[in-house]
Amino acid sequence: MSEKVLMKGNEAIAEAAILAGCRHYFGYPITPQTEIAAYMAKRMPKIGGTFLQAESEIAAINMVYGVSAAGKRVMTSSSSPGISLKGEGISYLAGADLPALVVNVQRGGPGLGGIQPSQSDYFQATRGGGHGDYHMIVLAPASVQEMAEFTVRGFELADQYRMTAMILADGTMGQMMEPVSLDLHVAPMPEKPWATTGTRMQRPHNIVNSLYLVPEVLERSNFERYERYRTVEENETMYESYRMEDAEICIAAFGIAARVSKNAINAARAEGIRVGMIRPQTLWPFPSAPFRAAADRVRCMISVELSMGQMIEDVRLAAECRVPVYLCNRVGGMIPEPEQILAAIREAAKTGGNKQ
Amino acid sequence: MIVFQKPKSLADVPLHYCPGCTHGIVHRLVAEVIDELGIEGRTIGIAPVGCSVMAYDYFNCDMIEAAHGRAPAVATGVKRADPEHHIVFTYQGDGDLASIGMAETVHAAARNENITVIFINNAIYGMTGGQMAPTSLPGQVTQTSPYGRDVKQCGYPVKVCEMLAELEGPEYLERVTVNSVKNVKNAKKAIKKAFQNQLDGKGFSLVEVLSSCPTNWGMTPQKALQWIDEKMIPYYPLGVYKDRSAGTEVSK
Repeated sequence: MSEKVLMKGNEAIAEAAILAGCRHYFGYPITPQTEIAAYMAKRMPKIGGTFLQAESEIAAINMVYGVSAAGKRVMTSSSSPGISLKGEGISYLAGADLPALVVNVQRGGPGLGGIQPSQSDYFQATRGGGHGDYHMIVLAPASVQEMAEFTVRGFELADQYRMTAMILADGTMGQMMEPVSLDLHVAPMPEKPWATTGTRMQRPHNIVNSLYLVPEVLERSNFERYERYRTVEENETMYESYRMEDAEICIAAFGIAARVSKNAINAARAEGIRVGMIRPQTLWPFPSAPFRAAADRVRCMISVELSMGQMIEDVRLAAECRVPVYLCNRVGGMIPEPEQILAAIREAAKTGGNKQ
Repeated sequence: MIVFQKPKSLADVPLHYCPGCTHGIVHRLVAEVIDELGIEGRTIGIAPVGCSVMAYDYFNCDMIEAAHGRAPAVATGVKRADPEHHIVFTYQGDGDLASIGMAETVHAAARNENITVIFINNAIYGMTGGQMAPTSLPGQVTQTSPYGRDVKQCGYPVKVCEMLAELEGPEYLERVTVNSVKNVKNAKKAIKKAFQNQLDGKGFSLVEVLSSCPTNWGMTPQKALQWIDEKMIPYYPLGVYKDRSAGTEVSK
């Protein structure tokens, strides 16, 4: 067991990125992810890395595009309004099949919204967020330890599949302090023969590009990309199953919502209600299979979210209308209390599943 | 004896540019400079969105296609990825550099980012069919200023070199043109200096090239070259706007 240190979630992301070999960070100030940039600003100059405060989120993601094109591990971080600005660049990263890590420490929206925790960028993250057909690998940590581990995993997956990996955290995850082990295993970076690092007059020139004016060629590139996405779906889906063995009610929750839900589940179990939880750790690819399997066993599902009900659509799709799926939510920077979730569980225990 | 040949760093493919367009000349000058400095193997070029969007097919060095206006930010990333080895240039038009990418341009200059920027100013959006550009002249007729650019309604053209010269950051800013043999020779000197500055670690070097767009200006190639002399140069005077190492802050 390695030594644990007490860190904020945001700092754990930053340190884990450095441990993963990331030496280039670009960002623009926004709450509540500030500690990531502050940490990088302190550490990068000491280890020969680059911290650069960009003139905008748009510039930051395009600097990421440049470093990634040159074959190096690179990241940016922001919070919801800033991620919208990065949408253009993320689409270009997808179109050019460039790996990158993007961290979204979500805050309430829409618009300028607020600075308190939220999960209302779920659609944006899992559906791509920018224009065109593409996905990001979306990792949803629920502890400071996972903030660190998923950061490393994000870099690895990004390189392996030439995709953007996104850490979809929230203000709580970013700000909370927990003991974390930084004894993280990092897989060696794969070769990147496609990178634009100069030909050294030893190979034909590499081109990093997302423009295909011939529709047949563009179609083929989309088909090939989605073949790769299928491999990701098959191999990289992650979730935690919590007290699901005998569950009659299945909670769906990720991140902070999953932590609060655990308290409610344990309280409900004490009352004799058989409830469990499937906690997606990857939001894309979404762990549809365990929800589909659970749909044959449970009476109903409850999606606990800090949004107006976004993940609930994926839960319903996975459950294939076999059981009702209810929403238990708070929004705008509010977090559900365990009592609210417990009340939803009690209500579901009474009526849930009888509506069909 | 060979007296004239294609530069080695220019790909042996047909260019898609319209007859009479000066992009071809500027491509050639950039390629000649890359050859003469012997830097093809360590050069990474950034193509913009606009007429030169497919410049990535025309240079033999590694190339990256950037989002519209973002080339200086992409170039910043590439340069910072390996500052000792990478020689990075962007090749951008006026819409790309002076409109949608203005923030990226100004801040790359302010940071004195050690990159080379080739800025093609032809006072019009060419690729999309001739819309008013940030550098279209007062009164200039375009598809989106059909009665002539009305400065009361849509403001004045942006003078990029003059504007950037006000910043502490940039190393070298020069405006040239390629509408005569003499001017082409001067343009090449400027472009070579802009690359040499990067090799010497001096920082942000931008060469603005007043260029022609006969197609969208609705002129013959010859008339378009004259129009540069008659209309563009009076508004956009040629010359060195900043050369920090030479102690020239503003020469005009």
